Amino acid sequence: MSFDDPLDADRPLSRGGCSCGSHASQTEHDAAIIGSVDARLSRVVEAAVMRALFPHDLARRTFLRAVGTSTALAAISQFFPLGTATEVFAQTAAPEKKSLKVGFIPITCATPIIMAHPMGFYTKHGLDVEVVKTAGWAVIRDKTLNKEYDAAHMLSPMPLAITLGVGSNAIPYAAPAIENINGQAITLAIKHKDKRDPKSWKGFKFAVPFDYSIHNYLLRYYVAEHGLDPDTDIQIRAVPPPEMVANLRADNIDGFLGPDPFNQRAVYDGVGFIHVLSKELWEGHPCCVFAASKEFITTTPNTYAALLKSIIDATAFAAKSDNRKQIAAAIAPANYLNQPETVLEQILTGTYADGLGSVKTDAKRIDFDPFPYESFAVWILTQMKRWGQIKGDVDYAGVAKQVYLATDTARLMKEVGLTPPTATSKTFSVMGKAFDPNKPEEYVKSFAIKRAA
Amino acid sequence: MPTRLGLRAALVSLALFGVLIGLWHVATLGTGTVVKMDPAYAKLMGATATQGKSAMPGPADVGAKIWQHLKDPFYDRGTNDKGIGIQLAYSIARVAIGYLLAVAVAIPLGFLIGMSPLMSRALDPFIQIMKPISPLAWMPLALYTIKDSGISAVFVIFICSLWPMLINTAFGVSSVRREWLNVAKTLEMGAARTAWRVILPAAAPTILTGMRISIGIAWLVIVAAEMLVGGTGIGYFVWNEWNNLSITNVITAILFIGVVGMVLDQLMARLQRLVSYAD
Repeated sequence: MSFDDPLDADRPLSRGGCSCGSHASQTEHDAAIIGSVDARLSRVVEAAVMRALFPHDLARRTFLRAVGTSTALAAISQFFPLGTATEVFAQTAAPEKKSLKVGFIPITCATPIIMAHPMGFYTKHGLDVEVVKTAGWAVIRDKTLNKEYDAAHMLSPMPLAITLGVGSNAIPYAAPAIENINGQAITLAIKHKDKRDPKSWKGFKFAVPFDYSIHNYLLRYYVAEHGLDPDTDIQIRAVPPPEMVANLRADNIDGFLGPDPFNQRAVYDGVGFIHVLSKELWEGHPCCVFAASKEFITTTPNTYAALLKSIIDATAFAAKSDNRKQIAAAIAPANYLNQPETVLEQILTGTYADGLGSVKTDAKRIDFDPFPYESFAVWILTQMKRWGQIKGDVDYAGVAKQVYLATDTARLMKEVGLTPPTATSKTFSVMGKAFDPNKPEEYVKSFAIKRAA
Repeated sequence: MPTRLGLRAALVSLALFGVLIGLWHVATLGTGTVVKMDPAYAKLMGATATQGKSAMPGPADVGAKIWQHLKDPFYDRGTNDKGIGIQLAYSIARVAIGYLLAVAVAIPLGFLIGMSPLMSRALDPFIQIMKPISPLAWMPLALYTIKDSGISAVFVIFICSLWPMLINTAFGVSSVRREWLNVAKTLEMGAARTAWRVILPAAAPTILTGMRISIGIAWLVIVAAEMLVGGTGIGYFVWNEWNNLSITNVITAILFIGVVGMVLDQLMARLQRLVSYAD
């Protein structure tokens, strides 16, 4: 019972040179069956239906001989909707909408979203995507909410905040892919080069990109672990990333926990030094996500699948360190990040000047892994709770599952030939303190410095 | 005598320009302190850090940049990178649409207010409250209700150009000389004919003054609005270069913005001269 085409009455049942028996070799067979995707899909569906109707070869062959293949198919389609079955089966079939707009903020976190354009990952999956540079996080949120963008680059806590209705109207949002892991840093002004101990930072003014950002939570976590209260001992302001360097130069802030390229840019322009990479606080932390509304996902599922596959594909390409130089060159022009190529190269390859006169190497300074572990979302929610951004009872696991679509991503990762992790959650530790995603409330309570009651 | 005065003024202008450029050049000439660095390290650093080059560009840098933009003003290298000519065209188009819409609303409404003391009193509180609102304060509201950033920018231009025109038209219409209106009455002219043949020409210089103020404000506001919503336009260009910390390009854009603003103002001044009259 081994055959590819049960609609052909004359197909030999025994195995010949290839899996179907009608070609001399497997290579020839492979070459022959690579037709158009659509044709192949409908063939597969028809075959499956045929097999289900006639489980015995003899009966199937007798039927086909008696009426002919096309008549048989026509007859079957009378009572079985072959067209619908093909559509349902074809999760990768033609996208409903081909030309899309995806917004991004010009930082290296957006690397997969951006590089997918010049390097052809969108066209590979049948999409015509326009990647639009956007001025700030609030604007990218509003432009995505009002559907000018089909999907967008967001900070990992933003889809959670939007879904919960914190800082905007509550709209169900999803984060089906993590853009980047690691890749942030605490940068301090050169004049503080002797104040490497956070305990001496009392009265410092820090900048983070947004209130709902992993940067804000990591900075708060970091200073709190060193005994400073982030709300009373230091000042934290939300400042758009490009203004961080200018503010550092103008002495308006003492440092920032911000996204690259601006950490490296501060070094490049001689105004700051890299105090600590964010990966040294939490190895493998999520930073930015690729986000879309639930509405986009449900109304145009094929488009969503194709778009997400392009992103996952690009992310996998970016994860290989050999490709990093090439990516730096692709995203440096004014149309994308608009930054000096050496700056991007230092960030992506991980061989960088630290601002204090030495060259450091850390290949994982920024890394790319699309899988949106639900435990990431739970950790972010615990910090939102810890600092009073959300109040009352939080359904940690429920919200995490609803927004971080780990199962979806795993399916699509398989489709593009990657191996997704088997679990949708994982444990990790932040600054040496283990986090158990099953006990979020205890975790919040375990901190000495917090706003939550 | 007037030509000689003009010549002298031009000479003073030129001298001032020279002094300004000279000061600028000298101010940006100074090299900062340079720390000795390892060559491998220096290769990863920018010119400010390695050669102590001033972070502020000098006049020569800006001149070269302007020339570079003028040589190729209409290139299009993708959604986020277009030539300065295209960006200026986008901004001018937005200003033109918002401004013309404002003209279409402000002038008829101004006539109504100017000709009817009742409407003047009734609408006065609204105008007084709406007038001092910064047009950019409308932006979040516009984005939320219109749901399109391009149209929101046009709306912001509309709302900021409306008030000076409205108030000037109303003032011009209400201060047309009584004798002229009485003459029109004696000649038994209808209200529409009076408005068109007597009031409009009489109030035209005041109306044009309002329009000239408005175009200036509209051009001021578009840059800020585009910096907020992004996408296209000269405001976006400034933001994009700010993002790259390219002060040279920012100064270049500032100069272009100034020149276009001056041209718009001069156009309105021409129109104003056409309708002015001596009593």
